[in-house]
Amino acid sequence: METLPNIEKPAESEYLNCIRCGLCLAVCPTYQVSLKEAAGPRGRVALARKGLEGQLELSQNLAEQMNACFACLACNDICPVGIHPAELTLAMRHVQEQIRPAGWKQTLFGGLIPHPGRMEAYTLPLRLYQRSGLRKLLYLLGATRLLPRRLRDLEAMLPHLPQRPLRQVLPERVEARGQERYRVGFFLGCAQNLLFAEESAATVRVLQRNGCTVLTPKDTQCCGMPARGYGRLDLVREQAKHNIALFEQAGVEVIVTDCATCGSTLKEYGSFFQGDAAWEARAAAFSAQVRDVSEFLAAIPLEKPQGRIEARVTYHDPCHLRRGQKVWQQPRQLLGMIDGLEFVELPEADWCCGSAGSQLITHYETSVKVMERKMDNLAGTGASIIASGCPGCQMQLNTAVRRRGLEVEVVHPITLLDQAYEVKNGK
Amino acid sequence: MENKLIAELVKIVGKTNVLTTPEDLAVYGYDGTFQEARPDVVVLPENTQQISEVVRLAATRRTPIVPRGMGSGLAAGSVPLPAGGMVLALTRMNHILEIDEQNATVHAEAGVVTAELQAAVEKHGLFYPPDPSSIRHSTIGGNVACNAGGPRCLKYGVTGDYVLGLTVVLADGRILKTGGKPIKDVTGYDLNGLFTGSEGTLGIVSEVLLRLVAKPRFAKTALAEFASLDSASRTVNAILTAGIVPASLELMDQTAIRCIEEAMHLGLNTAVEAALIIETDGTDETTVQREIEACVRICQSSQGVSVKMAQNEAERSALWKARRSMAPALARLAPNKLGEDITVPRSAIPEVVQRLRQISAKYGLPVVIFGHAGDGNLHPNILFDKRQAEQWARVEQMVAEIFAAALAVGGTLSGEHGVGVLKRPYLERALGAASLDIQRSIKQALDPLNILNPGKIFPN
Repeated sequence: METLPNIEKPAESEYLNCIRCGLCLAVCPTYQVSLKEAAGPRGRVALARKGLEGQLELSQNLAEQMNACFACLACNDICPVGIHPAELTLAMRHVQEQIRPAGWKQTLFGGLIPHPGRMEAYTLPLRLYQRSGLRKLLYLLGATRLLPRRLRDLEAMLPHLPQRPLRQVLPERVEARGQERYRVGFFLGCAQNLLFAEESAATVRVLQRNGCTVLTPKDTQCCGMPARGYGRLDLVREQAKHNIALFEQAGVEVIVTDCATCGSTLKEYGSFFQGDAAWEARAAAFSAQVRDVSEFLAAIPLEKPQGRIEARVTYHDPCHLRRGQKVWQQPRQLLGMIDGLEFVELPEADWCCGSAGSQLITHYETSVKVMERKMDNLAGTGASIIASGCPGCQMQLNTAVRRRGLEVEVVHPITLLDQAYEVKNGK
Repeated sequence: MENKLIAELVKIVGKTNVLTTPEDLAVYGYDGTFQEARPDVVVLPENTQQISEVVRLAATRRTPIVPRGMGSGLAAGSVPLPAGGMVLALTRMNHILEIDEQNATVHAEAGVVTAELQAAVEKHGLFYPPDPSSIRHSTIGGNVACNAGGPRCLKYGVTGDYVLGLTVVLADGRILKTGGKPIKDVTGYDLNGLFTGSEGTLGIVSEVLLRLVAKPRFAKTALAEFASLDSASRTVNAILTAGIVPASLELMDQTAIRCIEEAMHLGLNTAVEAALIIETDGTDETTVQREIEACVRICQSSQGVSVKMAQNEAERSALWKARRSMAPALARLAPNKLGEDITVPRSAIPEVVQRLRQISAKYGLPVVIFGHAGDGNLHPNILFDKRQAEQWARVEQMVAEIFAAALAVGGTLSGEHGVGVLKRPYLERALGAASLDIQRSIKQALDPLNILNPGKIFPN
């Protein structure tokens, strides 16, 4: 049955082909913690189908089932028929925004997030909160314990913030050390710029040391994942066009990012413009150039780090890296290059941490349950460091580690590599 | 559904365990088949006592109860009737209550996922052998209700062979405990056997007590490819009559092989007409090795064009992953599939395979053949497009002929999926009038109000 003729909808085969075998329930984090059919991929596919075919109203509650998906992509991978339930929930959020647009999303994803300058200005109070010593003082006094659990968890997400966003201090062009072997474009993601500037500075240093001249265009906009998660595929496309045009002018061979989510989204640009004659080829060419930093480094000859890191280290696979980009061996290879480092595999390393963008804010209870399983596994490893190349995962892991009272440091794998290179900092 | 009943259900199981939104009702209306109907309410009990109270309430209201696990059934046994009623989903009863190493038993709630139960007992060096393909997305309670099988049943037997005791909520709400830890028990009728495979029509299985065995320490797996389906099916008997009992002996025809290869890229030869996956296991490595080598020799002397042994655990698990994905992967080939579950005496496999191919040719729709050939259990899958009414009509005729073929060689309708809704019309022919009559009497005795999964198993 054809309803809603004038809006952009998911391909029919993505819901008609579901045979309801239920295999996806075995790997879905939101199903596993709720044990409720509507919270699993098979249920969401059925609801999407019934909504689009007119058997069910496209109600707020139906939309909520789509919003409640963590988009960890585990169902996409396991589906024996080859449909992509996680993508379907994103497409359904887009359907919802076309039927019943929410004004605040325009403000947030259209007016604020794509503009790095505005983002930097709006997050200044957070930097002041930390830099002024206020955060330290509150911790010292134990004042955060007075906050309700939920607020305390959100407060704990904040990493140690940089004095200034990296965009303001990183030169647009950083020359390779020694002979230039590669000319690399660096896509500096919003979260990396604002929250994890020190990690991205480390990324640039490691690239530079290994023969890369690094060009970082300063006018990049958000990769688009936040807008996509909230159903604004139209805004994603605007941001994508901007970024594609920007990097076309940069004249680089590859585009590297150290954010798993940015990388996964940038690699999908090609698929966002299917059937758009003006942009399809340009977007596909752009996507083909994108590499996660660990993916890029593992494919080129690397200098052996001289420093040692004496620590037991484990690794959490970000969904957007392992399943989104099929990159999972490379970060482990890089960690394996570091002398002294004892690598221990995290059980269920690719089980979602529960961050999923903003789910700790929007779906707190579920998010906490999902991350508790991660912590059970982490506690068993005895690791003192957990590495993960995704700002969302790192924030979630920070919260989780503090909740549990574990003595575990959360880092980007590239930070460890950088430390091992900068021998003086090596522990 | 009336608000008063909902309120009473909430009182019993709590607000978060009663689902009534249109969205929640819609997704508890299906299982692993294409059948569908919407329930009036979904209840997710957390313990046996709650089930008992819910059933008591339903009995006073004459509300039909459809018990459900993870909804992976292939006979529409957990699909509500069009008249609605209550779906009782046991997924939240997912605790393992006891693993008894001394007596080698496990006591678990019905909603425990079978693979998780297996993993838990294996940590204690114990082994729960039944391994339906849905092992990661079906519950132990559902497995008992359908007497689930799987590849390993050739050597180890089916779910029912491991049931030592059950906790069952009867149609009037009474809680019945059958059996116990003793292995031998002829005190009265075998009620474990009665409730196992009863598809929720006689009582609601809420807890299970299962017998375990020692975990085999070694397993060897071989893949044998055959130029003809006939020679592959004859080889099955050659192996079994040679005095070897492999853990598993699986048959796949050419379409099945192609389908797996397309989905999993294992490097299978798609030019051959059939393949066998053979596995031997045990606690003594040399015996396991000797048995698999004997199987390999038999395959080679039975016109096997290529016989390979899995060289390591990765190759072995890839083969089994492929085999478990078989049925769902068929959906890549056609919009719909109807998977049957006939079982025949194993000497009749070559003949029934021939008959299946004739049926496929006669009606012009593909029938993919694979299954647990070692125990005579085949899964012929008809591929079709349900939107074309004319094809559906042909499918119905084909199903009838497939069942007739199985019965003609001394076989039966279902080895491990159950009757549910889909096989009801053929039941009388399979069982005979006397057996059907007795079974109806049992149903009448245990569920006089006909509120437990009504409309299942028995023809109208």
